[in-house]
Amino acid sequence: MGDALAGLYQQVILDHARARTGDRALEGADAEHYERNPTCGDEITVRVILEPGSDRIRELAWQGDGCSISMASASVLADLAPGLTLAELAERTDAFRAMMRSRGVGEPDEDLLGDAVAFQGVSKFMMRVKCAMLSWVAAEACSTQLAVRS
Amino acid sequence: MDVVITTSAALDPTVLRLDFPILDQQVNGYPLAYLDSGATAQRPRSVLDAERTFLETVNSAVHRGAHTLAALSTEAFEDARETVARFIGAAVPEEVVWTSNATDGLNLVAYGVLNASLGRGGADARRFALQPGDEILVTEAEHHANLVPWQEVAASTGAVLRYVPVDDRGVWSLDDARPLITARTRILAFAHVSNVTGLVAPVADLVELAHAQGALVVLDACQSAPHRPLDLTALGVDFAAFSSHKMLGPSGIGVLWGREELLNALPPFRTGGSMISTVTMESSTFLPAPQRFEAGTQPVSQAIGLAEAVRYLERAGMPGVEAHEELLAERLVVGLEAIEGIRVFGPAAGIPRAGLASFDVAGVHAHDVGQYLDAQGIAVRVGHHCAQPLHRRLGVAATTRASTYLYTTDDEVDRLLAGVAEVRGYFGVDSAASSAGRD
Repeated sequence: MGDALAGLYQQVILDHARARTGDRALEGADAEHYERNPTCGDEITVRVILEPGSDRIRELAWQGDGCSISMASASVLADLAPGLTLAELAERTDAFRAMMRSRGVGEPDEDLLGDAVAFQGVSKFMMRVKCAMLSWVAAEACSTQLAVRS
Repeated sequence: MDVVITTSAALDPTVLRLDFPILDQQVNGYPLAYLDSGATAQRPRSVLDAERTFLETVNSAVHRGAHTLAALSTEAFEDARETVARFIGAAVPEEVVWTSNATDGLNLVAYGVLNASLGRGGADARRFALQPGDEILVTEAEHHANLVPWQEVAASTGAVLRYVPVDDRGVWSLDDARPLITARTRILAFAHVSNVTGLVAPVADLVELAHAQGALVVLDACQSAPHRPLDLTALGVDFAAFSSHKMLGPSGIGVLWGREELLNALPPFRTGGSMISTVTMESSTFLPAPQRFEAGTQPVSQAIGLAEAVRYLERAGMPGVEAHEELLAERLVVGLEAIEGIRVFGPAAGIPRAGLASFDVAGVHAHDVGQYLDAQGIAVRVGHHCAQPLHRRLGVAATTRASTYLYTTDDEVDRLLAGVAEVRGYFGVDSAASSAGRD
């Protein structure tokens, strides 16, 4: 059984699913977006605070309920986002999405994605790709709100 | 030596399995343990052959055309209706209406009621018309297919949708329903067997209460028609719907059964070709049931396949199927309840239930449970099983469901139990969440 499962549940993912970064409320958020996967019921609210007078992310936090893949993905995102500009986050979101669509083919850019490269194995499980994308899609919607405002 | 015979109707799944080619395969390096028949059942070779033979020899449009194949097709199509009618205890074959699936059948009734409420169908249909303040009663455990259409009808007519509440295990009883069935109740709609909890509803008692108040009874028979002997006339309900693909038959076809006089009074929901008597540029009159509900080209080869599925079930023997699955259900529930951190919904062990069990694994999301089991070749369903209100009531976003059929073996249930026992260890939550308070 090991191989099929180990490709999906990398240790990094299991660790992030248990000890989650950014899993909390965020007072005074500049943007907030709720996203839901109706097929499995997973849901998440992502909130973002920017550095004053800048488009650089100070904090990204989230609250949600879902499977280990969706929760770990949100945790990795919350680790990655602080310090990035909205454009830099968009670049990473594009890279993450491309990796999730890769069906496991190719070499993801670890410099760009950091721990998020652990999710490459998820791309081979078509029904789980949406789980991994959930928080990233919510964060993208937050960025769109902020871009409209600025 | 004494020979112990547990049941005279004993059925041997290891023999029946040989008729199901799909079950004989490896998945992820393990023999497939298919425990998702509640979602869709597998088809025996005889069903696949019946459809293929029909398509290779007589396939034609039914109820039209003057040629030999058209006549043979029509005959086979109507024979299929008779076969299904016999299987469910219909008084006459005309009480069997072909639909796309059970959802379609329930919508047919709901929108027929709505059309009657809008004044369609003349004096005959007035018995179905809903007024503001009339009540439609369902249960909190309904599949969305037997809930959402009634929400729509209520919203369009001003009727009030009420529901029988469930307890912490998702179970409800006759006593919970009794006070809600009043003179205002016009429609009582519920599942014969719950697709989430396996609860078997007290149909005859509910029919008696509903009819005493002049209410119509609509039965969702999706999880009962495939798994237990069914005599709808004897049960006394007014309408019942089920799907072919859950009872060894093809997808794309289902059945709505209704009492003949009611079907002939209910305004059609879909109109067009094949269902009319006379059409002018201004208006039309409709054929009697079942044709009045069968507009457009029908799923003919699927009807042939479904009839063969019914004959297969009759040969296996429905009392034996029911007894076999009741034993599997008991094995499943007793086994699951013995595992730490597992919360099983539905009737407690020892109380009869259909061959399925939905459960929560403390600290592990159902999707992860399903994925872990799949890696061992065990197929289960995960999610809300089209019953979001029930899951909300139970305080879980999703559950894992194992469901059985006549081809399910004890060994498959045991493999599931062994797999479930490992899940919390794999995800590292064995001690953390097992004692966490849950509502």
